[in-house]
Formats: sequence, structure tokens, C-alpha cells
Amino acid sequence: MNSVTQKKQRNKLPSYKGAWKDKTKKFIFGSKEKEGAGKQIVVYILLISIGFVYLYPLLYMISKSFMPLNDLLDTSINWLPSKFYLDNYRQALKSMNYAKALKDSIIIAGVPTLVNIIVCAFVGYGFARYEFKGKKLMLGLLIFSFIIPPQATMMPTYVFYNDIGLLNSLKAFIIPALLGQGLKAQIFILIYYQFFRQVPQALIEAAKIDGAGHFKSFFRIAIPSAGPAILVVFLFSIVWYWNESYLTQLYVVGAFAKSSSWTSLIVSLKTFETSYNTSRAAAGSSMVDINESIKMAGTMLSILPLLIMYLIFQRQFVESVDRTGITGE
Amino acid sequence: MKKVKVKKYKPGKLKRRENLMGYVFVLPWLIGILGLVLYPLIQSFNFSLNNIIMLPSGRVMQFIGIDNYTRIFLKDPTFILDLKSYITETIIAVPVIVAFALIIAMLLNGKIRGRGFFRMIFFLPVIIASGPVMTQLVDQDAATIPMLNLTMIQQMLNQYLPGFLAEGISSIFSNMITLLWYSGVQILIFLAALQKIDTSLYEAAKIDGGSAWECFWKITLPTIKPMLLLNAVYTVISLSNNDQNSLITLIYTTMLSATGGYGYASAMAWCYSIIVTVIVAVFALIIMGRKDIYERRAKKYRREVKKQERLARKIRKRGLKNEQRNAKKAA
Repeated sequence: MNSVTQKKQRNKLPSYKGAWKDKTKKFIFGSKEKEGAGKQIVVYILLISIGFVYLYPLLYMISKSFMPLNDLLDTSINWLPSKFYLDNYRQALKSMNYAKALKDSIIIAGVPTLVNIIVCAFVGYGFARYEFKGKKLMLGLLIFSFIIPPQATMMPTYVFYNDIGLLNSLKAFIIPALLGQGLKAQIFILIYYQFFRQVPQALIEAAKIDGAGHFKSFFRIAIPSAGPAILVVFLFSIVWYWNESYLTQLYVVGAFAKSSSWTSLIVSLKTFETSYNTSRAAAGSSMVDINESIKMAGTMLSILPLLIMYLIFQRQFVESVDRTGITGE
Repeated sequence: MKKVKVKKYKPGKLKRRENLMGYVFVLPWLIGILGLVLYPLIQSFNFSLNNIIMLPSGRVMQFIGIDNYTRIFLKDPTFILDLKSYITETIIAVPVIVAFALIIAMLLNGKIRGRGFFRMIFFLPVIIASGPVMTQLVDQDAATIPMLNLTMIQQMLNQYLPGFLAEGISSIFSNMITLLWYSGVQILIFLAALQKIDTSLYEAAKIDGGSAWECFWKITLPTIKPMLLLNAVYTVISLSNNDQNSLITLIYTTMLSATGGYGYASAMAWCYSIIVTVIVAVFALIIMGRKDIYERRAKKYRREVKKQERLARKIRKRGLKNEQRNAKKAA
């Protein structure tokens, strides 16, 4: 009984003049100990509106891709299509030759990624574990090779590949990856470097005492413990190879070869309009003229596999930056 | 800040022999960088000094000296124009992206419900923003912020700012979403750095009466300075190497065109790389060259200590002299 009255009194405690005003002020702007509600609301509003701006192109793309031609012309329709219209997708699928392009894309992105995972781990382990002469210089070269634009080395590389017959085949991606020069491989080497430096030396020494050689301790100790790093490298490598259109077009698909055997989703998106028109000319009147909806449907289709992958692995993607130790120890 | 000299640790013979294995591990990369980076770099410089003609029988190289370079800067208008717009855009866009990423990271760093969800949204563009996708979106005008009166902003800018600046800033407004989409990685890097800052620093500052504004300038910014540099460099590189960049498209088309050829395109690529490197260097100098308040204070303190030492020495000397004089007098 007594305690209840005390509580009531405590609740009533700020009874001086203007206490109420002070309290609201505290509630909105916060004090030194606690953030105010007003401040939090502002933060949330900012975050939500920025998030909307971020998602806007994607939402726009999704909404446009379901619109039939009449909805595009109708100015009263902004976001929601009048009906769920799938024909755009059907036609984009047909003109992109989707099944083949998807399969090719997976191979073009997947195989060099696997090579990248192994070779970059190898090189990163070498940098992290051993102290040899010229290591600093080599690390400097590594960063330098990241900074120079690939255009500077593009022409001679192209000529060189042409001379030894690597062009227009997947080898043009695999061989550089084997030599640790794949797409943004420098970053992956640095990720592994950071990671293997944190593997306790004692572990490797113990293995050495038990008779493990250099390679054995690499494959049996370093690699199994490097799970998170491997995952990060895998995800990013696949995304970057998937999204690379210039080099894919130049080396693998072939710039001159029109009837090349390789294609990829991103490259076919790049040439979407022309390929659509040719397939339309072949198909006759069964396909409509190209419009924004079809283009958006094609764009959507080409990023759909990545979106699905992102939804599955989003935690790993987002936490990757923490894991790489890029922010220093 | 006295540098403590650590005695250099000298590995024994066994250790040294073992370290030779390091070369074995690095060997593939070493071959790669010599064969696929340094050699092509030199070769491309060689190309840029030649006129390369493609004949059915093969390539023919004609040495023409620096003619390719003079052609870029004196005869060909496209490269210079594209270069100018690239430089202004980059110099304006990099601070915008970095500042924006920092702001978002700081918003996310507080006690926010659904931080994971927001992080997911902000990182999404990194996955899907490739060149052709961006081209499609820009073509559809989906890369501008909805409900923003662009023409009015452009008019205002044109009225109050000199031409090239107004152009750059208005291009930022019209490509706002593109710019935002390139800041996904930067946000995450900043966020990871912000979360590693020791909270006791902020508590101490609060007890001393520091406001949030002061905390930002005196604790947050100096701590994440290396990340600032990293993000600036990363932004420059990602802006310079993406497909939206008209210069890259120009180099690519020149390489395969009849009038250009490999030699001319190589010269362009060399000019371009040098300019990218210069821009990276400029940003690095601006960020790392600026001393923050602690470095300045430490320097001041060191100067003060030196001054006092000098004074003390002077006094001692004078005292010695006085003593001698006194001794002489006494004698």
C-alpha cells in the first residue's frame, strides 16, 4: 500500500512550473542519456525515404515490365498495371534465347570463380604465411595493378590472346584466373591475405611437427579453416563475372564473331534491341514491336538469377565487409 | 612521438629456407603480373607510339613517334570533350558519394530497428548494377529521383554558378540514383568502421560536455580517416571502370574502328590511365595530407617541448658563465 502511493508520488514528481514542457522537449529531442523520439522519427523517415529512392528503379522496372502496351500509353496509369500481363516476359525470353544464355552465364561466371577461389587462396596464403624478400614490393604491385584501368592493358592482351588462340573461348577467362589476374582478383588475394594472417601460427607449426609439408598444411589446415573467406570470394567473384559485359564481349563472346557459340545474359541484354528486332523479323507478326515494357522485362530477366541469389545469401553478402578485416585489426 | 627502434628480427637458416617456399606460393601470381599486367602495359605504350595497320597477312607496325598523342589533343575533339566532362563529374561525384555513404552509415549506426533490412536494401545495387542494366534504366529515365523538379534546379544552377560547375552539379541531380547506387560498398565499409569505434571515447567526450557535432569532428572523423581514403579511392576506380563512362566506350569503339586502330586507342588508354592515377593521387593527398586536430596538437606540443629545452639549455649556459665570472671575480 505504502509503496503504491510512493510510486504515484514519484510519477507526479516534476510539479514545478513548465515541467510538462520540459518533459515533452526531452521526449522529442532527447537528453544526454537517451535519444529523443523526435530524433528517432527523423532518422527513420530519412532511412525509409532513402531506401525508397534506392529501390525506385527496381520497383519501376517491375511495374513497367508487367504493363501491356495500352497501359504504357495511358497517362492515368502510373504504377499498377491494369492487368497482370506476362506476354512481355514471354517475348523477352524468346528473343534472348534465355535458357542457353542462362546456362552460358552460369558457366562463364562459375568456372573462373572456382579457379579464383583456389588460386587466390594459394597466393594469399603465400603472402600471409611466409616472410620473403620483396614481399612489400609485391604487395605494392598488387595494389598498383588494382588501380590501373583495364583499358590500359586491353589492347596488347587482346592481341596476345589472339596470337595464341585464346579468344572467343572460356580459356580467355580461365588462364588469367589461373595466374591470379582474374577479374578484381587483387581484392580476393587481399581478403585471403587478411584472413590467413589471423590463423594462429601455432596450428601450422603443430602440423609441421606431425610431419605435414607446406602444401599439406595449406590444404589440410588453412583451407578448411577459411570457410567464411571462401564464401565471400565465391559470392563476389560470381557477381562480378556475371556483371562484366565488356571483357566478356571482347574475349569470350567475341567482338567480331556474330554467330559465336558463347553468350551471356548481360551481353544479350546489351544487344537486346537488335537481337529482338532480328528475332521479330524472323517470327513475323507473332511478336509485337519492341517497347519499354519488353525492354524492362528483359532487364528484369537478366538480373533475376542474381536477385534470387542475393535473397538467399544476403546475410553473407552484407556481413562480408566485416569479415574481410578491411577495416583494420 | 619518439620512434622506438625495434631490433630487426633475423630469421635463422632453417626459417629462411622455409620462407623460400613463399615464392612457390606466390609464383602463379608473379607470372601473372609480369605476363598479363606489366608486359601489356609496356607493350601498350609501345603500341601508342605506332600506327598499327591490320592486313590480311597480319599486323604491320609503323613507328610514328608521338603523333597519336598530338592527334588526341590537337585534332580529335571527342576525347578532350569526354575527358573534360569525366574529370568534372568525377571530382564532384566522389565527395558526394563518400559523404552520402558516411551519412547513411551514421544513420544506421544508431539504435535502429531493422538495421539488417536497411543494410540489405542499400547493398542491393552492388549486386545488380551492371553496365547494361544501368543503360536500360537511364534510357527509361528511371535513374532520376521522382517528384523532383529538375528543370528548376538546372535553371537556378545556371544562373548562379559558372558554366562548367553548373553542368557538373546538374548532371549529379539528374543521375542521383546512379550515384546512390554506386555507394553500396562504401556504406558497408563505413558502417563496419563506425561500429569498431570504442564507445567509451564518446562517453568520455560527453562527460566533458562535448556535443554530438563536436564528437563527430573530433572522434568519428579522425578515427575513420583511413576508411575515408579507401572509399574515395574505391569510388574513383569504380566510377572510372564502369560501362556508363563514355571514355571507356570511346576507347573500345576506337580500338575496333577503321580510323582509330590499336595504336590510337592505346594512346587514349594511356592518357586515360594517367589521368585516373592523378585523380586518385589528388584525393589521397587531400585526405591524408590534412592533419587532424590531434596531429596538430601533438606537433604543437613537440614544438613547445623543444622550445623549453632550448630555454633550459640557455639558462644552464648562462648559469655556467655566471659561475665562471663569479669564480674569476673571487680570484
